[in-house]
Amino acid sequence: MRIEEHPILKFNKERKIAFIFNGQEMEGYEGETIAAALHANGVKVLGKSLFKHRPRGFYCAIGNCSSCLMTVNGAANVKTCVTDLEEGMIVQTQEGKGVIV
Amino acid sequence: MISVELAVIGGGPAGLCAALSAAKSGAKVLIIDKNKNLGGQLIKQTHMFFGSEKQYASTRGIDIPDILINELDKYKDKVEIITEATAVGMYEDGIITVLEKEENYFKLSSKAVVVATGAYEKALSFPNNDLPGIYGAGAVQTLMNVHGVKPGNKVLMVGAGNIGLIVSYQLMQAGVEVKAILDAAPKIGGYLVHASKIRRMGIPILVSHTVKEAIGKESLEKAVICEVDEKFNPITGTEKVFDVDVMCISVGLTPLNELLSMRGCEMKYIPQLSGIVPVRNENYETTVENLFVAGDSAGVEEASAAMVEGFLAGLCAAAKIGYRPKDFSERKNDYINQLKNLRSGPAGKHILAGIGQVSGR
Amino acid sequence: MFEKTGIPSAEMIMEKFPSIERINQGAVAVVECYKEIPCNPCQTACKFDAIKVGEDINAIPKVYSENCTGCALCLSKCPGLAIMVVDGSKSLDKIEVKIPYEFLPLPTEGQIVKGLNREGRHITDVRVLKVLNPKSYDRTPVVTIEVDRKFLYEIRNIESEA
Repeated sequence: MRIEEHPILKFNKERKIAFIFNGQEMEGYEGETIAAALHANGVKVLGKSLFKHRPRGFYCAIGNCSSCLMTVNGAANVKTCVTDLEEGMIVQTQEGKGVIV
Repeated sequence: MISVELAVIGGGPAGLCAALSAAKSGAKVLIIDKNKNLGGQLIKQTHMFFGSEKQYASTRGIDIPDILINELDKYKDKVEIITEATAVGMYEDGIITVLEKEENYFKLSSKAVVVATGAYEKALSFPNNDLPGIYGAGAVQTLMNVHGVKPGNKVLMVGAGNIGLIVSYQLMQAGVEVKAILDAAPKIGGYLVHASKIRRMGIPILVSHTVKEAIGKESLEKAVICEVDEKFNPITGTEKVFDVDVMCISVGLTPLNELLSMRGCEMKYIPQLSGIVPVRNENYETTVENLFVAGDSAGVEEASAAMVEGFLAGLCAAAKIGYRPKDFSERKNDYINQLKNLRSGPAGKHILAGIGQVSGR
Repeated sequence: MFEKTGIPSAEMIMEKFPSIERINQGAVAVVECYKEIPCNPCQTACKFDAIKVGEDINAIPKVYSENCTGCALCLSKCPGLAIMVVDGSKSLDKIEVKIPYEFLPLPTEGQIVKGLNREGRHITDVRVLKVLNPKSYDRTPVVTIEVDRKFLYEIRNIESEA
């Protein structure tokens, strides 16, 4: 779901980055946020709501709404919409509030 | 503790212009911004801006941050920039607390402060509005224009203000189909040149319509819309279903004002300015001495006004702490005139009405 | 109605077009800017004093068609993409129209593409005569198309498919 050619913009998609989402190998590019890389791979559901377990994705994509929280490299509650993708990152949907200790 | 002369919180159009203006007057400026790169919302605006030459009319929003940053570079010795730094508090004693990169927490004391924190997107209430695939307009812009990722294949745009119309155009440019644009109001809220541009691409604009509910299991699959009456009540029997995998909610912004209220500024709810804003004087100084405000956090308007407000607030904040250059009056009058020009037409009426209610001090 | 649909009425459109005599003399700009908004880059762009907004930047631009050379510089500068250039001097039964076009694929010279009206409806096919996309246009290419004269007041856009 990537834009190949754009009438106004040129995208800097040079360095490919491999990462793992819920055990699945995926690829993204340097300079992307985790949420953007996931979306490019067709992953829209980033987690489940706390009590009713409804599917949740991002909403604001700018770090304000906290809808995009996931567990990244073992750390809970990471705002994936404003966190850059890094090589070898292990990204997981979070169960409940996550463990922060 | 870091002590500075003038702190600008927010490096978007208003903040960058405030910093530039203050540095031009000779003040030492610190800009802090929570993002990795400066520019705020400008970095997503692929369209040409309105206004006049002084507000970079006809220049694409995406090119303006570089222009401003290059200007700031001329004052390298006076301007410090810390990015990935969020101002998390502003206390009654004037101390600002900052969290940099999630690890470095420090206190900042500044002789004068310009708050230019912008605004955030409002949400809309309807059943299943939490489904993945339902995004704010800014989110769609970020995905498309910053990361080069399509938000989906078929979009329903909710809101026909400038942002709704512009983002619809940008979606088409990115190769994403916009099925329709809705607005609950009885007329199009944005500039009609934007609307005409959209219509000549075959995209329908449905005024007096709103979203009734979203349908989908793991993500958005369909949207049910309906017509509304003059009181915005849904009219039964007018439901239509659209097959869309993206709904873009573009129902307005509201000022990010937490730091200002925390600090103790007198705040007022002003509908014409889209939310709770600080009371201020013509210099954009709030009721707290040496605390200035500029841009959308002073009242949601346009980037062109945000830039000029930034220039004005930066000039006056610097003057307040002793930097009053020879051309102070000339610059101040120029900025005030630019704002008057931007707001003197029908498009600026509601802004002036709003500002009239918060001018005080 | 315009405020509800974004489509100007026939009367509004006719007011923006110069006389048919002027159109037949040579290329001339049609500035479809109907409402007051703070904006004046068309005035700044024109080298021939053919568009004036004036002191109050909210004023609706006025076109002085006697000065207009149809150079189309204003087309790429208008943030609302509201300007087009029409030329009825080149042939008896065709009109040449220049429009801004910010989409991919950009059409190629000689290509036949769909001609659309202000509602985006396909009203006729048109031939692409020229595509200009210099750096100075800042990514707003200007496409010149040839359309049957009878569509002069209706033609407004094209659709170029891959």
